[in-house]
Amino acid sequence: MMENSHTRRSEFAITFFIKAAGYSSILLVTAIFIFLMKEGLPALGDVDLKTLFGSRWYPIEGYFGIWPLILGSLLVTVGAALVAIPLGVGTAVYISEVAPAWIKEILKPLIEILAGLPSVVLGFLGITVAVPLLRRLLDLPTGLTAFTGAVMLGLISIPTIVSIGEDALNTVPQSYRQAALALGATRWQTIWGVTLPAARSGVITAIMLGIGRALGETMAVMMVTGNAPVLPVQWNALFMPVRTMTATIASEMGEVATGSAHYHVLFFIGIVLFLLSLIVNIFASFVSSKQRRRAERVLS
Amino acid sequence: MKPMRLLNTRQQQVIGFNLLRLVSLVTVLPILGAVIYIFVRGMPAISWEFLTAVPRDGMREGGIMPAIVGTLYLTLGTAVFSVPLGVAAGIYIAEYAKDNALTRLIRIAIINLAGIPSVVYGLFGFGIFVLFLRFGTSILAASLTLSIMTLPVIISTTEEALRSVPNSFRVVSTSLGATRWQTVWRIVLPQAMPGILTGVILGLERAAGETAPILFTGAAFFLPRLPGSLLDATMALPYHIFVISTQVPGMPIQIQYGTVLVLLVFVLGMNLIATLIRSRARARRQW
Amino acid sequence: MDKFVIENLSLTYSDGAESLRGVNLTIRSNAVTVLFGPAGGGKSTLLRTLNRLNDLADVAEVSGKVRFNGIDLLDPKLNVTELRRKVGIVFSRPVPLPLTIRQNVSYGLEMAGERNKARLNAAVEEALRLAALWDEVYDRLDAPATAISGGQQQRLCLARVLALEPEVILLDEPTSALDPISTAKIETLIMDLTEHYTIVVAPHNVQQAARIADFGAFFLQGELVEFGVRDKIFLTPQDKRTQDYIEGRFG
Repeated sequence: MMENSHTRRSEFAITFFIKAAGYSSILLVTAIFIFLMKEGLPALGDVDLKTLFGSRWYPIEGYFGIWPLILGSLLVTVGAALVAIPLGVGTAVYISEVAPAWIKEILKPLIEILAGLPSVVLGFLGITVAVPLLRRLLDLPTGLTAFTGAVMLGLISIPTIVSIGEDALNTVPQSYRQAALALGATRWQTIWGVTLPAARSGVITAIMLGIGRALGETMAVMMVTGNAPVLPVQWNALFMPVRTMTATIASEMGEVATGSAHYHVLFFIGIVLFLLSLIVNIFASFVSSKQRRRAERVLS
Repeated sequence: MKPMRLLNTRQQQVIGFNLLRLVSLVTVLPILGAVIYIFVRGMPAISWEFLTAVPRDGMREGGIMPAIVGTLYLTLGTAVFSVPLGVAAGIYIAEYAKDNALTRLIRIAIINLAGIPSVVYGLFGFGIFVLFLRFGTSILAASLTLSIMTLPVIISTTEEALRSVPNSFRVVSTSLGATRWQTVWRIVLPQAMPGILTGVILGLERAAGETAPILFTGAAFFLPRLPGSLLDATMALPYHIFVISTQVPGMPIQIQYGTVLVLLVFVLGMNLIATLIRSRARARRQW
Repeated sequence: MDKFVIENLSLTYSDGAESLRGVNLTIRSNAVTVLFGPAGGGKSTLLRTLNRLNDLADVAEVSGKVRFNGIDLLDPKLNVTELRRKVGIVFSRPVPLPLTIRQNVSYGLEMAGERNKARLNAAVEEALRLAALWDEVYDRLDAPATAISGGQQQRLCLARVLALEPEVILLDEPTSALDPISTAKIETLIMDLTEHYTIVVAPHNVQQAARIADFGAFFLQGELVEFGVRDKIFLTPQDKRTQDYIEGRFG
């Protein structure tokens, strides 16, 4: 009744495959990084630094200033954060601390639906509904603005913040709340004085990952922000068209000649995006390690 | 003297709770509204012809069948590459990896993969699969790109599902003379299967709806025939929606909504299946 | 004849908790050796060392020698899968695997490579009879193992081990989760089984220890304080600490 050598060999093969699969993620991240560098760093050679970080993005005439794109992404992302954080944290608090069970049963699936909506669908609704609406409502020359993009991105980021934030709040031991209530605090005071501070690291993680999601979003922004690569520095820049880094890559990659300066610069933008999301993610996982596993699942 | 409160704590709570209710409503109403609106405006376009015929007149008439088929191909292709690799990696982390620096490195790598913008995946896929490996704009290149993007989701959900299986099973199995793999294969994996399936479906759901990764790796707007091999490009619903809503003049709005509706139903359908699996498993749990 | 010879065994866990200190003990074959003493004494740790189940735990350091049938038990190159088939264990809480009753009992054999259905079924029946469970479950062998009572589940866990025809059976507080009737059944089983097996038990109270032991070993905070034949150690213990524990002065 001994295991025969055939079984032992197949077990060895399976174990090998599993180990290899485990290491594959390191391999892939490294491969992506190296490849981006390989194709993107030449941009520093093709275009001098002053132009690269200049303020004109007009590839046809050789202007590769990525600054308007960076600022465009930043503007839209910050706007999205201003929308998503109050709504996201508020909803998370509501679901976790206030809502009765039957409302939870309705809300949570709805949030999951939002999480699953393809960004192109949201972009579509953006241009068919939100853009004309905003144009009329705010009497703008066009509804394709940074503001529209910010609102859409905000909506996209909300499910991330709600899911991870709600998880974080649920992890706070019931005894904390009970202690506060026993001391005479109302539930409202307990939430803001005890529960939320206790879940602070998880909520911050949720926000960071939500922002990371907004930063990396492509289609929805591309369809509603007007794609005008101008420096958003005027006072009303929020209500003017703008272009993000992601939209730039998506709209121009198809037209570039391989190996050209334009090609290299697009990859360079890719490096910037990669590094930015790296920083956001490492920071988020630094802040909390317990929420990490669930965060990976929801973030994607 | 103590400062007068404008409102007592009880009143604060009432206002506060109502504020939270409002916030949640504002969050959720657009979702509900969007889904209902798409259904309402898209249903009129849905017909048997719409779903099974090829497009005519520059997509302005006829059906969207090639796009539907293309999305199915891409989803399948993604599954083929990402599921075995992702589940195996999840098994490694949950069942085999020791608690050392290498494992921490793997975790960091997964977090990073999870955070990479989808368009950067498209860039990578374009450079490596389309150009370097010479696959060209193809189902193969697009599927591989989507697979790498889907990998972190599958790895994480697999790991979580495996960890939720009580450790006592592993100890007992080992004490009866089973090897680590035998324990995983016979006891742990079957118990974790619903959770893993849920994660896989949610991951594939996202892959099905993504546009940026397939933009330059496999998607085409108009193809005279259905793709015949892995190296052919394909139409796909997300890309189709993007083009018809931004780049085709005179596109009947109804067809646009109809196409969006089809993608929505596809994605929501997967969501529903995943949710059903999850709740059924919870009810039948043996621990 | 000696089944296990333990020489100067010391074991520390990664969290710094020292669990065994210089234990010297001989386990005789075909007898019930009882490891008794208050919680934290190292009894569970010793049991799990005997079938190398401690490999699954966070053990920082192990020193000393343990010989099983003359072989070095602590050898890293030892085939532990084979070992565990010869040295089986029953835990304090019954843990049925999420399979049917039949599959639970045949699990060890299947993992060892046995495929023949007839042989498996025969082994299942024999093991269930030995564990005095056959009459109660013979008509529902394909029901999930969770469908039977706690006491029956524990006997199932014993049958699981018996199916592998081990040489040694370890039992870690096997009746702590059971009612008195089930407890009595298991105690009777234990004493009956010594005819063919070597038994090492960590009972969860002194009274049980005295009921079933052939030999007794008193453990206190990782040290083996005293060892002796049943009548000697329980009626006339040499060490004052043993006497105090037996008389219930501490626990």
